[in-house]
Amino acid sequence: MSLLEREVSGVAMTPDNIRTRRLPLVANLGTAVAAIVVAAAVVLGLDLGNWVLVAVLAVVFYLIGISIVAGRVEGRRAARDRMWKSLIYSACVLAILPLASVVWTLVSKGASRLDGDFFGTSMNNIGARDPNGGAYHAIIGTLEQVGIATLLAVPLGVLGAIYLVEYGKGRFALTVRFFVDVMTGIPSIVAGLFVLSFWVLIVSPWFNDGQPRFSGFAASLALTVLMLPTIVRSTEEMLRLVPGPLREGSYALGVPQWKTIVRIVLPTALPGIVTGIMLAVARAAGETAPVLLVAGGAAAINFDPFAGNQSSLALFVYQQAGDASRYAPARAWTAALTLVALVLILTVAAKLLARRNRLSR
Amino acid sequence: MAKRIEASNVSSYYGNFKAIDSISMTVEPKTITALIGPSGCGKSTFLRSINRMHEVLPGARIEGRLTIDDQNIYDPDVDVTAVRRLIGMVFQRPNPFPTMSIYENVVAGLKLNGVKKKSVLDDAAEQSLKAANLWNEVKDRLNRPGAGLSGGQQQRLCIARTIAVEPQVVLMDEPCSALDPISTLAIEDLMFKLKDRFTIIIVTHNMQQAARVSDKTGFFSIDKTGDPGRLIEYDDTQKIFSNPSEKKTEDYITGRFG
Amino acid sequence: MGDYPSRSENATAGDLGVTASRTRAAGSGVSPSSYDEPPIGGGGALPKKARFSMESGFRGLSVSAGAMVLVIIVAIAIFLISKAAPAIGKDTENFLTYKQWFPNEADPKFGIAALAFGTLLTSVIALIVAVPISLGIALFLSHYAPKRLATPLGFIIDLLAAVPSVVFGLWGRDVFQQPVADFSEWLNKYFSWIPIFGGDGPYGQSIMLGGLVLAIMVLPIVTSLSREVFQQTPGMNEEAALALGATKWEMVRTAVLPYGKPGVIASVMLGLGRALGETIALALTLGLVFNISFNLIEVGGNSVAANIATTFGEANETGRGALIASGLVLFAITLVVNMGARAIIYRRREFRDSAA
Repeated sequence: MSLLEREVSGVAMTPDNIRTRRLPLVANLGTAVAAIVVAAAVVLGLDLGNWVLVAVLAVVFYLIGISIVAGRVEGRRAARDRMWKSLIYSACVLAILPLASVVWTLVSKGASRLDGDFFGTSMNNIGARDPNGGAYHAIIGTLEQVGIATLLAVPLGVLGAIYLVEYGKGRFALTVRFFVDVMTGIPSIVAGLFVLSFWVLIVSPWFNDGQPRFSGFAASLALTVLMLPTIVRSTEEMLRLVPGPLREGSYALGVPQWKTIVRIVLPTALPGIVTGIMLAVARAAGETAPVLLVAGGAAAINFDPFAGNQSSLALFVYQQAGDASRYAPARAWTAALTLVALVLILTVAAKLLARRNRLSR
Repeated sequence: MAKRIEASNVSSYYGNFKAIDSISMTVEPKTITALIGPSGCGKSTFLRSINRMHEVLPGARIEGRLTIDDQNIYDPDVDVTAVRRLIGMVFQRPNPFPTMSIYENVVAGLKLNGVKKKSVLDDAAEQSLKAANLWNEVKDRLNRPGAGLSGGQQQRLCIARTIAVEPQVVLMDEPCSALDPISTLAIEDLMFKLKDRFTIIIVTHNMQQAARVSDKTGFFSIDKTGDPGRLIEYDDTQKIFSNPSEKKTEDYITGRFG
Repeated sequence: MGDYPSRSENATAGDLGVTASRTRAAGSGVSPSSYDEPPIGGGGALPKKARFSMESGFRGLSVSAGAMVLVIIVAIAIFLISKAAPAIGKDTENFLTYKQWFPNEADPKFGIAALAFGTLLTSVIALIVAVPISLGIALFLSHYAPKRLATPLGFIIDLLAAVPSVVFGLWGRDVFQQPVADFSEWLNKYFSWIPIFGGDGPYGQSIMLGGLVLAIMVLPIVTSLSREVFQQTPGMNEEAALALGATKWEMVRTAVLPYGKPGVIASVMLGLGRALGETIALALTLGLVFNISFNLIEVGGNSVAANIATTFGEANETGRGALIASGLVLFAITLVVNMGARAIIYRRREFRDSAA
């Protein structure tokens, strides 16, 4: 007996009718309006809350309403499809809202102190009643710390990636790759504590008459720990995209492997590597906790990254946020705006570079 | 219960590119129709137009009329999911759901249609697997992953999955091109068996296969790259392979072209 | 390679054959002793391999750079333990169960119970809020949005990941606090019978505020990774589902979600790792109170990382050691979470590569 002749109870398996009723747009809009009206009536009538609750309830009512209405007209499956689609779309709206708020606040609150004074002076001798004061020292700190960290992390990271791609084999390479990935998840505060216990408390006393000393360089070390795995991973990915025949062509000419890597492989992958480095730099520039722990923060300008406290833009934001002065919030927001601008410019530039990179997919 | 497919002046587009140009053909119920022709001539596109899988690709659209027992499947009030349930499809490469067991793969379509009763599902799974000539090979390992089967078995699993929802028409897009000769023979045997219940349309590159299995054959061709594919000749398989009326068909059949 | 006559070993360039590029490093199989042996036969005409070449130097450099990663991770553990152990030795209370934090006094008393609790609670709230939304966005980007919308939106989500945490902290404290306080008051008015919404206020810098700010920060991580795995769903499986007559959502549920499940779990764990370690955003948004309470809306809450940042300034030697000890616990937890997540990703990658 064939499967088709068999009756499957309760299931319309092969409908002769392939037509369906479609929910008209009017019904959709009607449901939406009804949801808003009911939500408003319930919330405002019973005095349960304000317009935010109206909006939230309206969305909920709409979702329920559209499922019921569509379920009756189009069937259960189409209704479920519609409901999930609405939920997925609302998730996007929900995620955009805080981002929009952050951007708006940054611009509106950050613009108030966007003046020459802010970028030209430090917080030295600025009291609670002084409206001026700036982040010059913090910007110096950020540039020096991130700069040194980049100098340390880039050769190490690129060489590490070269090991993984060109030389690495067997268990050891697998282990290294695994822990590079694990290392990307190390909290920045832990990196700070590490450098605190290793460099500030144990090594730095050797150079400072037995006294532990905060320094911008210590912050650079912590940032290096944070940047290293990012750089290794992104560089590794880029090196793997370099076509094998390019290497083989070079070997066939009798060029040794190290020269092939330096002269052929690295230049080919360079734009992608630079992209990864820029993203790592952007991330490091925004770190607060390690700088707080090992550079200490300072109000005055300190050009020497190897001796004495330094601040950084991110730390400046944090310290101004905790300052009781009524002028501090404006400084905090302007510094935050500066920091975000710096980080976003780096990120966007990196992504644009990546888009032009012919190696990436 | 199998149904007649009728295409009149069907043209399919990918964006601005016209892939096939006004195809008209009638496929009778409970027959096997083979579509042959050189690569890129639009036979797969035409096949995918029959169950509205063509429009899954972004920018794809279609013109003309395609009816199944006189219902135009491109009418605006037609439910796409109903069309696809009615006109099943087997793909070029076996594509069982990798996360599902053999059993779950077969009943996936039924579950989508709201069948929850275990006895009904069990029954349907057994019937479909038997119909797909796979039951004896897998009955002891229904709960093992479908991806663990051989290529030919996977393809038969996909056929079982397709016929489990009891379609009227089964479209096969080069179902044997990824298989070895023995598996291919198994699938061809299966097609003869399924012919009693379904209308089958198969796209194939293999002319011997077309000659072996099909009742009617349609030959598609293009003039040059970039041109839309056309249906050159559509006739009884016997006639196409022994005495084609078009020169192009003859050239292709005898290997002088394509 | 070591079995070959040494003559061939001396041919440096020949060593770097096609296969050498990937499978083994140049001359890696050569035993050091074979360098000393004189070339057999007429092989002396070929240049001898230098014992200390640029090649071995460069390889040594790159190997040590790779090993550096392992060294750093081990060093973190060693140095944290070396500074934490003395402080824990001086602790007059149980470090794991005591709730208060007085490490700077003559008889130091400190424990991480309240801190660990706050860390976990804020992270869990962050995940509960962020994961469904992230998966929604990931599906939107991978399967629902038209490409013209998906590309810029994905870009914006990536930018969200780049915004420094201190900015989110500042925003949470200065902007988001008021709406959350209002919402808390509303919750308290109508739902105070649920313990987590009980209490008499004040509201604002609460576990809820911290958790929500964390959620916003975790969102881009979970989104971008889930989106990636959703996009990797084989197109032929999606087509198979559609050809069976599935609606779009049913296609997602049949083909996309099961396929992406391990990747989604891994992305959630990575998000958890980020949430557990987050410092500054929580230091600015939590009430920094040492107690264990499930109340979400009253001012309160603290976390291991936030406590380090906020009390580091006035810590003496024991105090620093105590903070390092709490950091060590945090390091251990995040290490385990991250290793778990990566192990899942690695297993999945192997599975995928072998299946292909």
